Amino acid sequence: MAKGYSIFSLLRHALKPDSPWPMAWEKPEPKSSYDVVIIGGGGHGLATAYYLAKNHGITNVAVLERSYVGSGNVGRNTTLIRSNYVIDGNTQFFEHSMKLWEGLSHELNYNCMVSHRGQIVLGVSPVQMDVFARRGNIMRLNGIDAELLDRGDVQKLLPYLDYSKDARFPIWGAIHQPRAGTVRHDAVAWGYARAASQLGVHIIENCEVTGMVMDGDKITGVETSRGRINAGKVGIAVAGHSSHVAKMAGLKLPVESHILQAFVTEAVKPIVHHVVSWGAELFYLSQSDKGSLVFGGHIDGFNTYTQRGQLFKIRDVMEGAVSLMPFMSRMRLLRHWGGIQDMTPDGAPFICRTPVRNLYLNGGWCYQGFKATPASGWTYAHTIANDEEHELNRCYSLDRFEKGSELDDYGIGNWTYKQ
Amino acid sequence: MRVPCPHCGERDVSEFRYGGDATRQRPGHGTGDLKAWHDYYFTFDNPKGPHTEYWQHVLGCRQWFKLARNTATNDISGVVE
Repeated sequence: MAKGYSIFSLLRHALKPDSPWPMAWEKPEPKSSYDVVIIGGGGHGLATAYYLAKNHGITNVAVLERSYVGSGNVGRNTTLIRSNYVIDGNTQFFEHSMKLWEGLSHELNYNCMVSHRGQIVLGVSPVQMDVFARRGNIMRLNGIDAELLDRGDVQKLLPYLDYSKDARFPIWGAIHQPRAGTVRHDAVAWGYARAASQLGVHIIENCEVTGMVMDGDKITGVETSRGRINAGKVGIAVAGHSSHVAKMAGLKLPVESHILQAFVTEAVKPIVHHVVSWGAELFYLSQSDKGSLVFGGHIDGFNTYTQRGQLFKIRDVMEGAVSLMPFMSRMRLLRHWGGIQDMTPDGAPFICRTPVRNLYLNGGWCYQGFKATPASGWTYAHTIANDEEHELNRCYSLDRFEKGSELDDYGIGNWTYKQ
Repeated sequence: MRVPCPHCGERDVSEFRYGGDATRQRPGHGTGDLKAWHDYYFTFDNPKGPHTEYWQHVLGCRQWFKLARNTATNDISGVVE
């Protein structure tokens, strides 16, 4: 197995082209028993396994993946990272994630291509600029970088937007987080997988969990397509399919599975140097290192597990794109795809214990799973190791709706995605 | 996806609005504890497979109806009476 990647290993392999690079992570046969079994070999599951081993010294861990590593939402998102949240709980959690992103390539000895190109969220009315000022103040009080831009500033940074008198949504200004940006999403899955594997974690692909083994109110293992695996503790990290897996343990979650589509155009020369989001409609766009514009919008609006999007939503997102950036009308769309995501009533996730002893839940990520990956794994590992939530994820409990402590970051009540 | 409206016939899904699980039973007024109302309002079966759900033909006749659809395939087996 490859121990460390460095300039020297690169040179060694360049000089000896017939010696193949070793596998990035080992592919062991599953053992009959582990201290901790993580269901789901996506970004969150692999990060959890890595931090269990690294921060808590728990290395007898298996990550069970139904398909191959990186086949789910960690490879289906639009790769954006940011920490511009308003509600206490979200603000601190996502900033912790941002700090982990900042050192992630070094931490994992794997180039995740973390690019702090900045996110510019465009305001289309004076009222929205007031809301942005409030958001910026909250961010700065929490030590997070934020600045307000007026229309002139935006025009300098983003000269390609529609500033004409006829613009349906005139641009008044923006809020800018310079440390926000993009990360190469596949590298996050591969980097965590490799680093976890080097610490002794078993990553078991093509191993689907088909049932839970219960002993009274306690979970003691899982049934899989490769036989029964006993476990001291079991962590679910299968966002998109959380309801489906939790049901095997008799749990009914505050989650509906919806499809979110993403889009990529043909590659063009560098034009968009930031992550650009829009206040008029949910729309976000960045330019990949290959030159493609990568963008997305809202969910399709009805529950489905199909990973196939509907044409009307493609049309909606394209209309948004062209309305904001008229030059895009002449570009060709290269690819589009769908990912299934857990939608929760308040738009916030779950990282918590469950009513079943020794069973833990990580899910309900809505639109924000990718940017949360490092902090999600970090806090989930803490929760599993100590059987107690960390201060950073205490607010992401399963019973928060019973207690009236929703995390309503949009400030417009439950079910924002249904409005 | 094409949705069969019982009044207007088959139309594109973009004319419709999804209204959620149609099999949930609302607790009667004045009955049930907070837990019962929480479970009714906040939790879902969210099955991967057959699902009976409400739809409204918002850009057509505006009629509400129940539809049987498979969430794993989007195959619609028809309107449920």
